[in-house]
Amino acid sequence: MARIRFREPSIIPGFRLTFGFTVFYLSLIVLIPIIGLYIKTFDLDWERFTAILTGPRFVAAMRLSFGASLLAALFNVVVGVVIAWVLVRYRFFAVRLLDAIVDLPFALPTAVAGIALTALYVPQGWLGGLFSPFGITIAYTPIGIWIALVFIGLPFVVRTVQPVLEDFSREVEEAAATLGAQRRTTILRVILPPMIPAILTGFALAFARAVGEYGSVIFIAGNIPRKTEILPLLIVFRLEERDYAAAAAIAAVMLTISFVILLLINLLQVWSYRRFGNG
Amino acid sequence: MAELARKHGVSPVSETRPVRLTLIGISIFVLALFLIMPLVAVFVQALGLGLGPALATFQDPDAIAAIQLTLLVAAIAVPCNLVFGVAAAWAIAKFRFRGRALLISLIDLPFSVSPVVAGLVYVLLLGPYTPVGAWFLQDFSVRIIFAIPGVILATIFVTFPFIARELIPLMQDQGTGDEEAALSLGASGWQTFWYVTLPNVKWALLYGVLLCNARAMGEFGAVAVISGKLRGETVTMPLQIELYYQEFRALAQVAAFSLAAVLAGLALVTLVVKTWLEWRYAHQLAATRNGH
Repeated sequence: MARIRFREPSIIPGFRLTFGFTVFYLSLIVLIPIIGLYIKTFDLDWERFTAILTGPRFVAAMRLSFGASLLAALFNVVVGVVIAWVLVRYRFFAVRLLDAIVDLPFALPTAVAGIALTALYVPQGWLGGLFSPFGITIAYTPIGIWIALVFIGLPFVVRTVQPVLEDFSREVEEAAATLGAQRRTTILRVILPPMIPAILTGFALAFARAVGEYGSVIFIAGNIPRKTEILPLLIVFRLEERDYAAAAAIAAVMLTISFVILLLINLLQVWSYRRFGNG
Repeated sequence: MAELARKHGVSPVSETRPVRLTLIGISIFVLALFLIMPLVAVFVQALGLGLGPALATFQDPDAIAAIQLTLLVAAIAVPCNLVFGVAAAWAIAKFRFRGRALLISLIDLPFSVSPVVAGLVYVLLLGPYTPVGAWFLQDFSVRIIFAIPGVILATIFVTFPFIARELIPLMQDQGTGDEEAALSLGASGWQTFWYVTLPNVKWALLYGVLLCNARAMGEFGAVAVISGKLRGETVTMPLQIELYYQEFRALAQVAAFSLAAVLAGLALVTLVVKTWLEWRYAHQLAATRNGH
């Protein structure tokens, strides 16, 4: 019986060195610290653990973080798909510039985005001033948080949908048109279905990023307990109080949720690969 | 089809002109409102009291110390992740072994961890009240948390996947043919790497370093948790921006936005070089367009 091999034979050298270093560095920087976080939560007994997770401040922060992230990701899906469509399909003078600008939230430090958005949306700011006559305040309210989360999540949707749209074969659309389909029918029934995995992946990435986001949110949020206090900020407060176990418990909950989202994205891509032949 | 398009003013595989213009309009409006306006606001706020006060920021010892620390942190974190990225890509792309897919997922893990949690895991593991932290402090007199080593560690964590994830798909696409040819002609392993593999991936490597560096210099959450914010000692540029911003004096506000303008300038340079690389070397960058 052939022995099951760990790796297939190759004449290329360096496997032991590079694989060993990869696993060592990965364990040291990422895996051991993350496992340590979960172990730290065992400092708490079950009662304290549930008390933290049912406390009013935690519940309010959880609702705000997930609610605002969901609304921001939904908005990003709609405008992200429109932007991806425009960048792939239309040729006009500024299209290259717009394409480059989409990546700005990846390149701009979150703290810079945070103070800039706050300056814009305070009642005296350029944009806040447009809304204040109507009694709408944006900075230091959940609307401000939503705006910051739209900012950081937008490129995820555009950059996930764009390559799939670029690969989409125009002949399929021409075939649909030849068979008498209206443009609207072609878009909804022919182009959109194979885009759905990419759209869902973009949504999940934007959502996951929004839930964990800190720098761009805390400046515009105002951080009023139970009103505009996001989950990552609650961790920072627990840490400042040196309540390490409570900080670890909140972090463990957040981390577990992001791992579940990550798993869903992977399953989605496996499914999409089988169904449509693209990742 | 062309005749049809002329007749109706629209091709059957395109949208009508009003629809097209509306979609372009929406895109420009959203990008201008959410992305371009904040960028412009940084520079306008920095120059709010004129050029003099903005430039005076860079004579403040705190600002100078923050800039120096940011450069130091990036100068250590980026090369660490560069070496890791090359090693990981070599192991994953040039060999087939069990658990490859799992290893790739684990490398991407730091992207799905909140920056605050990234900082927290090190505080829990290496803080002064933990066994490991106490051991470093007593036996080596080295503080990790609330000191520069912690800031560097947190930065390495949040920028961990950037270079590896640029190299892995590209090197997988390129296969092992070139390396096998070099080896069969008598090249050593290192020669093969330096003269065959590295030239094949140099633009993707530069692309990864660019993105890694932008994030390393701009990281806020992870570093905020771990640095202890000791002015002039463990404060990086993004943290110094926060400290200035919280002072609420007009001059400190200008200082916050002036320092922010430097980072915004860095972001713009990053975008320009990135766009240039994508345009000039598109086929040598492979699957680089996905988000991170």
